[in-house]
Amino acid sequence: MEISSFFSTRDLNAWFGKTLAVRAVNMSFAENTVSAIIGPSGCGKSTFLRCLNRLHEEVPGARVNGTVLLENKNIYSKDVDPVELRRQIGMVFQKPNPFPAFSVFDNVAVGLKLAGIRKSTILKDAVERSLRMAALWDEVKDKLNDAGTSLSGGQQQRLCIARALAVEPRVLLMDEPTSALDPISTAKIEELVSELKKAVTIIIVTHNMQQAARISDQTAFFLLGDLIEYGATSQLFTAPKDNRTERYITGRFG
Amino acid sequence: MERHFETSLRDLKQQLVGMAGYVEKAIDLAADVLTRRDPAQIEEIFAVEKEINKRHLAVDNASVTLLALQQPLAADLRLIVAVLKMNTDLERMGDQAVNIAYALKDLLARPNFRAPKDLLEMFTHAKFMVGEALDSFVQKSPALSRDVLKRDETVDALKNKIFRETVEKMKADPAQIDDGLGIILIARNLERIGDHATNIAEDVIFAATGEDIRHGYKVETLREALKK
Repeated sequence: MEISSFFSTRDLNAWFGKTLAVRAVNMSFAENTVSAIIGPSGCGKSTFLRCLNRLHEEVPGARVNGTVLLENKNIYSKDVDPVELRRQIGMVFQKPNPFPAFSVFDNVAVGLKLAGIRKSTILKDAVERSLRMAALWDEVKDKLNDAGTSLSGGQQQRLCIARALAVEPRVLLMDEPTSALDPISTAKIEELVSELKKAVTIIIVTHNMQQAARISDQTAFFLLGDLIEYGATSQLFTAPKDNRTERYITGRFG
Repeated sequence: MERHFETSLRDLKQQLVGMAGYVEKAIDLAADVLTRRDPAQIEEIFAVEKEINKRHLAVDNASVTLLALQQPLAADLRLIVAVLKMNTDLERMGDQAVNIAYALKDLLARPNFRAPKDLLEMFTHAKFMVGEALDSFVQKSPALSRDVLKRDETVDALKNKIFRETVEKMKADPAQIDDGLGIILIARNLERIGDHATNIAEDVIFAATGEDIRHGYKVETLREALKK
C-alpha cells in the first residue's frame, strides 16, 4: 500500500483503563479518498476513529499513545490544542445530534461563531456553502430559523455534516453515520460522501459492509483491537488476503 | 447450525454439477454413436440437450436470486459469479454436442464413411477435459484445473492436424468433400468443447483463489494500463 504523507497513524495504541482497545495500528489515508473501517462490535474501530481527532482522551481513564500525523504534524504534540484540532478533523456521529435550542442556521454557524467570526455576510455565505455541500440547502433554505431538531432524521444528520463542514475541515470522521436512518436518507448520505471527498478526506466506521463496499476507496478490517487487513475496497470484498477478513465478510465468523 | 445461505450455496453447486452430468452424457452419447457407427442414440442427444437448456435457466435463476437476496462477498461472491459463467459454458457444450449429432447423422448415412483415428482421440481428450474441469470444481482444486488447461493444447493440435489432413484428402479427391466437411465440423465442435472446459477450469481457479488467469493477463496490470 502506498504510504501517504497526508494523514497517518504510527503504532497507535488506545486504552480504556487497563484494557488495550487498539493495538499498534499503522494506517495511512490518502487525501481526497474515502476509507471505511469495518469489524465486529468491540473490535476497536470506533475507538480508533476517536483517537484520530483526540476525542478518545476525553473519556475518563482512557489513554492513547503513538503518533497521528496530519501533514507530518503529530496531533498529539503538546503544542496542539485539541479544540482547534477538531476544526481540522471534524466528526459526525451515529445519531444526529443538532444543538436542540439552535436554529438550522445557528447549528451550522456555531463553529465559526466559536472561532470568533461575527460578520453576518461571512456567516451567511459559509452557512449556505456548507448546507449546499451537505445537499440540504434546497430543503431548508426557507426555514433557516426553524429549530434544527424540527427536521427529519436524515435531514438532521446532513445538518450535522453541514455543521462539521462549515469550519472547512481537512478530514471528516464519520462513526456509523447512517445506522439510525432509513434507506432513502442513507442513500443520500452515501451519495454525499462520494461528492464530499473532492473537498475533504473521509474516514467512516460502518457496520454495513455493503455501505463500505459502495462508498469507500480503501477498507480496513479490525478485529480485537488489531488492524487485520487494509486495502483497496474492490480487492478486499472480492478476494481478501487474510482468512479472518474472509470469514468476517462472508458471515462465517466465530 | 448451518446458515440458510450455506445450504443455498451447496444447492446451487449441486444444481450445476447435475447439469454438467447431462452435458457429459451428451458428449458421451456422441462419442458412442461414432465409435459404434450406430445412429440409434442420436435422438437421445437432442433430448438430453433440452434437459440441459432447462437446467441452464434454473441455475441462472438460482444464482441471480442468491446475488440479489444474500449480497454475497469474497469467496461466496466469486463462487456465484463463477457458477454463472460455467453455466453458460456448459450450455454451449450441449449445443456443440447437438451440432456433432447432426454431422454424425449425415456421415453415418454414407456407407463408405470412415472416421479418422485422430477424431476418436479428440473425443477421448475432450471428454476427459470436461470431466476433469468438473472434478476441479467439485474438489476446489486449482491443480486439476491447470491440468485441463494443459490438455487443451493437445486438443487444439489434434484439430489442426485433422483440418490439414482432411483438406489434403478433399483436394486430392472431390468425392471426399462431403465426408471431409462433416469431419471438420465435428473436430471444430470438439475443439470448442475443449475451450469451454478450459473456461470452466479458469473459473474454478478464480473462485478458489481470486486470481483471474484468462488471456494471460494480470487484472491489476490491466487496470493500471487502462487508467493511463
